[in-house]
Order: sequence, then C-alpha cells, then structure tokens
Amino acid sequence: MWSSIRTAWTIFLHMFRRRVTIQYPEEKPYIPPRWRGRIILSRDPDGGERCVACYLCAVACPVDCISLQATEDEHGRRYPEFFRINFSRCIFCGYCEEACPTYAIQLTNDFEMGEYDRQNLVYEKEDLLIDGPGKYPEYNFYRVAGLAIGGKDKGEAENEAPPVDLKRLLP
Amino acid sequence: MTPIALGLANVFGVLVIVLAVAALLIWVERRLLGLWQDRYGPNRVGPFGLLQVVADMIKIFMKEDWVPPFADKAVLVLAPQIIAIVTLVAFAVVPIAPGIGVVNLNIGLLFFLAMSSLGVYSLALGGWASNSKYSLLGGFRAAAQLLSYEVFMGLSLMGVVMLAGTFDLRAIVEAQRHLWFIVPQFVGFVVFTIAGIAEMRRLPFDLPEADAELVAGFHTEYSGFKFGLFFVGEYIGLVLICAMIVTLFLGGWLGPWLPPVVWFVVKTAVLIAFFILLRAALPRPRYDQLMAYGWKVMLPLALVNLAVTGAIVVARAPAH
Repeated sequence: MWSSIRTAWTIFLHMFRRRVTIQYPEEKPYIPPRWRGRIILSRDPDGGERCVACYLCAVACPVDCISLQATEDEHGRRYPEFFRINFSRCIFCGYCEEACPTYAIQLTNDFEMGEYDRQNLVYEKEDLLIDGPGKYPEYNFYRVAGLAIGGKDKGEAENEAPPVDLKRLLP
Repeated sequence: MTPIALGLANVFGVLVIVLAVAALLIWVERRLLGLWQDRYGPNRVGPFGLLQVVADMIKIFMKEDWVPPFADKAVLVLAPQIIAIVTLVAFAVVPIAPGIGVVNLNIGLLFFLAMSSLGVYSLALGGWASNSKYSLLGGFRAAAQLLSYEVFMGLSLMGVVMLAGTFDLRAIVEAQRHLWFIVPQFVGFVVFTIAGIAEMRRLPFDLPEADAELVAGFHTEYSGFKFGLFFVGEYIGLVLICAMIVTLFLGGWLGPWLPPVVWFVVKTAVLIAFFILLRAALPRPRYDQLMAYGWKVMLPLALVNLAVTGAIVVARAPAH
C-alpha cells in the first residue's frame, strides 16, 4: 500500500519533467551521419558514373530489391543500362554499400520517402544518380584501378608503376 | 418554468453532459497519461488535440458492426447495452447541486449499489456470448472480481449511512455541512475508493480486460459501435464512481465562495485525475492477489470500520 502511494507520487512528479517526445514534422530529430537511409548512386570526381555494373549489390541484397543490367560504352567501360531499386522492398540493411567495390552505391541519411502510390517507390537510375561523389570525395575508381580504359593506359593510374616490358633484357 | 419542463431539462441536461464528459474523458485520459509519462498524447487534431475525440468517434461509428459467426448473437448485442444503460441510470441519483439532478430517491444509495451490481451481467454475458476463450476467461474474472468487491463496497458505505442516518444522497451531503465524512470515515473512504476502482474495472484492477494476458478480455470479440458502448459505459462508470465518492465523503456540492455546481465539478475532476494517475502509476496485480486482497484485507477492514462506527454512533446517541 505504501509503495503504491509512493509510486503514484513519483509519477505525479513526472508532471514537471521535460517531455521526451520530438514533435517530428516541425522539429527534426538528429540523424547520425552514418544513418542508413535512401540509397543513391554517386559519381566520381570527374563526373562519370562510379557504378561498374558488377551486380555485387544485387547479389548481396537480402530482399532482392536491386535490379540492373550491365552494358559497355565504346571504351569498354562498364556501366548499368538500367538500375532500379524497389524501395517498398528495401530494408535499408546497407549490404549493397558494403558489397560495392567502387563506392558507387551509398546510403544517405534521408528517410522521408513516403508515397501514396506504391509504384512511386520504384526508383530508376535517374532518380538514384546524384551529381557528386557522396561520402568519398577523392575516390576515383578508374584512376586507381590497373584496368586499361579509354584515355588511360596500363601504368598510368595513380601510384602505379609502368608495366614491365617483357621484351627488354634489362631488369 | 413548469416543474415538468424543469424535470425534462434536468434529465436531458444531465444525460447530454454525462455523455459529453465521458467522450471527452478519452482525450483527457490520454493527455494526462502522456503528461505523467513524459510524452504528449494526442495533440495533432484541433487545438490541443481536442478534436481527437471527434476523430475517434467517426472511426468507431464507421467500423463494421461485426458479429462473429460463432457467437450467441442476441446476447452479444445485448451485453454492451446493459453496461451503458445501467451506469447512465445509476447517474440519475447523483445529487449534482441543489435543484440539479435527475431524481431525488430516498433510497438513492441503495439504488446506486443495485445498478452498479447489475453491470456485472454485461461483462459476464458479453464474455460468455462471444464464445471465445479469452472472452470467457475475461467474463469469469469480471464476474468473480465484481461480486467480491461489491461486498465490501456496500459495507464500506454503511458507516456513512449510520453517521448521516439516511440513504438519501442529498441528505447525506447536507449532513456533511460541518465535517466531510472523509474525516470520521477515512477507512470507509479508502475501502470504497479501492472497491470503486475494482468495480469500474479501472487499472490497476482491470483483470477482466488484462490486455497483456487476455488480449482484451470480455470485449475481445467486440468492435465498432458495440465496443464503443463498452467504452462509454466504462468512462461513465469512472465519472459515476468519482461523483459518488465526492457525494459520500467529500461533501458533495458544499464549499465556500464558489457556486455549488462548480464545487461538485471541481471535486469530481480532481478525483478523476487521481484515478488516471493511479492508472499511470500502478501495475496490475495477479488474479489470486486481487482476490486475497479483497477478501482478506478489504472485507475485514470494512467490517471493523462498520463495527467501530456503529459502536461510536450508539455510544453518542442520546439515551431515550
């Protein structure tokens, strides 16, 4: 009986406490920078698409919400013909970001993606692509990869020695 | 105004006000619970969320009035009506202020006790007619709990009756002109308050509903308007029990400076807030604890109170 009265008194004193509720639409909550929200496709510092259409994100996706089709341009550079994410399926686990070898696919801290029509939650490539490099401003996959690509030959990448000339006798 | 018109004005005025207060209590309760749990409660619809009541009403009226195919249809429909009607009828005897109140029975207190006893039929029948295990368990619990707590609910009031020497609620209020009965009858007040909470199935004594164990107890199978009637019955019951405590122990409409109606409303509102505070604060006891508490603590307490009060009344009575 005594403990009940004391409990009631304690709860009564809570009347004078600050309320913990955040009045959401007017008052935005703090979203940590590493929040896993809306997925974007980033570009490298030169403005080219980072995605090389390796399908690793689609494979890593536990709910199979990513679908894409690889193709190549005239320099042999791979890129996705289409890239589609069904956000009504996406669980924002971030596995695609971890799987991506080129930092192309990234999760942002935007979560306000409500729609009245379910079909509007299917984002195409033009919806996903952003203009900037996202979380990795300096990274340029084709400039560090050893791959020969249009405008960049073997040995011209950053921190890369020229390829060994097999036909020379000198070491 | 003719007496008939006055009577009709009283009847419909009290009816409308009681129903409006019962509806408003949905909002009040949620806001107060929010206040005491460091959150807001409904504050979006209209000023301070007041129109939440309207929104809830629209929602509950628009819902399909569904009767489960396995249920006993007639009884299922009847059960929620009983609780709403019985609590409303019991409100008829509450003396709100001089000249305000539906009827003035000289057995008003007995009438109140009788009507609140009838409420148990609603829960037991509702639980039985739903034909589902949760409802049945809830109905059983309701029957046992309400019957047990009714015993000393009545007994705890007999001290008041002895002191006032009448069952007439208006006379009981008048008898408190010099000293509210909460002082000489403090034990009776405590016992009656606890029994009242149990009788109106409020938390912490909401064993018949017990969402954590019984889904929703006796009204598991109810939806739409029929569920709404149960709800209305519960909230009117809350107002009723608070009004009765005010009438019997806290001097009813008596008080200085302010008009009598204001005193009655203020006292009742404070008690309602206290009941909501109890809901916010206290956990639900186990069922055997509830029963043991009722029969082993409350009943003896009520009986001792009754005996002591009786002895004192007899000792102080002038010999003749």
